[in-house]
Amino acid sequence: MAKGIKDKVVILGMGCSKFGERWDRDADNLMVEAYTEAIADAGIDTKQIDAAWLATAIEEQHVGKSATPLAVALRLPFIPVTRVENYCASGTEAFRGAVYAVASGAADIALALGVEKLKDTGYGGLPQRGRGPLNDMVNPNASAPGSFAQLAAAYRAKHKVDPKDLKQAMAHISVKSHDNGARNPKAHLRNKITIDTVLNAPTVAEPLGLYDCCGVSDGAACAIVTTPDIARGLGKKDMVSVKALQVAVSNGLEAQHNSWDGSYFATTRVASKRAYQEAGIDRPRDQLSLFEVHDCFSVTELVTMEDLHISPEGGGIKDVLDGFYDSDGKVPCQIDGGLKCFGHPIGASGLRMIYEMYLQMHGRAGERQRQDEPVFGLTHNLGGFPQRNVCAISIVGKYGM
Amino acid sequence: MTKGILAFGAYIPWRRLPRKAIADTHGWFNPALKGQAKGERAFCNWDEDPVTMAVEAARDALTGRERANVGALRFASTTFPFLDRLHSGIVAEALSLDQGISTIDVAATQRAATSALIEALAGAGETLVVAADKRESKAASPHEMACGDGAAAILVGDGKPVAKLLAKASRTADFVDHFRSLDNHFDYQWEERWIRDAGYMQIAPPVIKRCLDSAKVAAKDVTHFCMPATLARVANSVAKAAGIDDKAICDPLHAGLGDTGAAHPLMLLVSVLERAKGGEKILLVGFGQGADALLLEVTPEIAKLPRRLGVAGHLARRKEETSYGRYLAFNDLINMERGMRSETDKGTALSSLWRNRETVTSFIGGKCSKCGTLQIPKTDICVNPDCNAIGTQEPHPFAEMGGRIKSYTADRLTYSPDPPACYGMIEFDEGGRIMIDFTDIDADAMKVGQPMQMMFRIKDIDTNRGFRRYYWKAAPVASKAQGA
Repeated sequence: MAKGIKDKVVILGMGCSKFGERWDRDADNLMVEAYTEAIADAGIDTKQIDAAWLATAIEEQHVGKSATPLAVALRLPFIPVTRVENYCASGTEAFRGAVYAVASGAADIALALGVEKLKDTGYGGLPQRGRGPLNDMVNPNASAPGSFAQLAAAYRAKHKVDPKDLKQAMAHISVKSHDNGARNPKAHLRNKITIDTVLNAPTVAEPLGLYDCCGVSDGAACAIVTTPDIARGLGKKDMVSVKALQVAVSNGLEAQHNSWDGSYFATTRVASKRAYQEAGIDRPRDQLSLFEVHDCFSVTELVTMEDLHISPEGGGIKDVLDGFYDSDGKVPCQIDGGLKCFGHPIGASGLRMIYEMYLQMHGRAGERQRQDEPVFGLTHNLGGFPQRNVCAISIVGKYGM
Repeated sequence: MTKGILAFGAYIPWRRLPRKAIADTHGWFNPALKGQAKGERAFCNWDEDPVTMAVEAARDALTGRERANVGALRFASTTFPFLDRLHSGIVAEALSLDQGISTIDVAATQRAATSALIEALAGAGETLVVAADKRESKAASPHEMACGDGAAAILVGDGKPVAKLLAKASRTADFVDHFRSLDNHFDYQWEERWIRDAGYMQIAPPVIKRCLDSAKVAAKDVTHFCMPATLARVANSVAKAAGIDDKAICDPLHAGLGDTGAAHPLMLLVSVLERAKGGEKILLVGFGQGADALLLEVTPEIAKLPRRLGVAGHLARRKEETSYGRYLAFNDLINMERGMRSETDKGTALSSLWRNRETVTSFIGGKCSKCGTLQIPKTDICVNPDCNAIGTQEPHPFAEMGGRIKSYTADRLTYSPDPPACYGMIEFDEGGRIMIDFTDIDADAMKVGQPMQMMFRIKDIDTNRGFRRYYWKAAPVASKAQGA
């Protein structure tokens, strides 16, 4: 394996807009909102940024194509700016671009910014859209909940789980995330809910009810990265560095080859192993302090915790119900409220997760600050469909640990 | 070698509307409907039309037969969805028939199918005659009560027929009992008593007499008399006038199906053939701007036909629809609020459709010539991770393969004309899998491992341009136990 990215790049500053139904803000306003926080945190000037990456996924709903919306919004001084799109992994992809640019020496300081303005469709849920001439002729007109709900059917069949037990664990996941989101001023949904609220909600796609689904919101998040030396020169101490960045992309095997049973994410299993190796982590259940995973749906989070090799296969339900992933549990998952409470402005989500890890590492997470001192945090994005998706994982942590 | 009927099949949509539901809704306006509120009628799912029903009836007829032998296809309907697109061409491609076959659409009369059958029996080689109608009726009309949707198919050719043609006769007369023009979706019909007395009674008996005379068969020797007529007891009156025994009159399938228009003569023929025995004589009459009569004799070969669903099996495959509202919506008889998600453009790139016709229309996937792995769609590189060979995919038909549900969902968020949208992963018994729409399925009854079969259906209707695209969907396997 290649030497990897561990400790070659540190986070100089981060920012995150308020997530929600931002009826009064365009995408460029959200970008500036996240950026002004990040640049102040970094303590540098715009002119010191050598290169930038923009993540958007459903750009036809807001800024349109190319990287120019970012360059224009931030008035970047004619530097290289690249737009990336890789489903829900887009935000982490932008971060990866910036980190790799710094690690290669091509840039001293680089910026990654993700944004999505989803609330101009006129209806709830992600925008309905075409997926290309052939795909539209043969694929089901699947919604995201419809696609991910199928995990539950396959998971129940494989592990012989009573639908009620699975639903109970899924409900616990949503209740836990709302508890956490209620303590986060930047979250979209800040209400606490109960198990009964989840169980009695209208069905969206069996067995997913309304409260098994993450929100849909507008938002932006931003990271500025550099080398440890430059950061030190700028007076930074107790730095947060990048330990691993891994992406795994389906090659059609799950959708077409009968070796996949539909109950897990093949990509996450591969990407997480590579990430642990890159970060030098061999006992992830013991060594990782925090998780921000892609809880687009409660069942996704449940299955993901197994695919990350934290809960044993088929053991996710027990860990969830035991409170292992609660904010005061052994390893909190979604301590900021997750996609469940932030919603999922696609391009922004990956960077929003890293932002929370960054705050937690610096002890700046306010009333939701983890009781134990966090050392390693893992963020995880999953885009597409269970049978064909993109998985991105980042591990960040205290520099030198 | 004897020319005759080699095989037969039928298709009837799954959903049945009790006629009482029509009378209960519209009785306030037309109390006479209450007198007709008995039994039920079949109606198309939102994703069915004459083309999809014709494909299913043809598949039923071709059960156990080599499709490569079919040399011609005749498709009869009065409700073709296109004015200029060859429907028999779509059917031929869905059935993966030889590209060199002759295809003709036959239209514009209720006897289109009997005329096509007469022509096929006079021709050379194997001809598949298929007829289908999706009846369009105004709400609260007697037509809505009387009609049903369905399709039937007859394969004719040389060899060992299950029924052979003894004689035929026709008459053409521009007797306009009803009509439907380009400007109107619905039939405009004249008085029933006049249709009976001046139409059926004047036109049919002489044609029947000519047919029987040329075969030197006495009217009393007719075992089964098949003549559709939406007017009550018209078949009895014609039989009496022609000297045919009242007991020979076949069940018009009104109780459980309704009159399927241009398909109905063949539907009645199939339902009779399902229980006919060698030596029995069948008189088939099609009426519409004249009449066709065909006299057929059943042969002992009929006992050897492999089991198929036919009319009986499809009548048993049924789902009672208690919501007249769903019937109205499926037949576009009501201006429904379908939500903003329904506004997505459903345009089809015709060049892409042509390029991908093997996948989309014929449901042909690939089989790796190196490792034997099946996959659909076919791709340049084999999906088997231990193979990944390039350019080794041989075409492999998937449409007739059985499969099972691997994962499923009932999606209430996405737009579907019949929510919830049911779809999921089907794993084929012989190998390969696909994420695909389900149809004719109860959302509450889906389960992992459930046996499924593929059916040809409408994928999307492009209301902006008047186009519709077809594709395959998975449906629960119908039991052939009650079939023919």
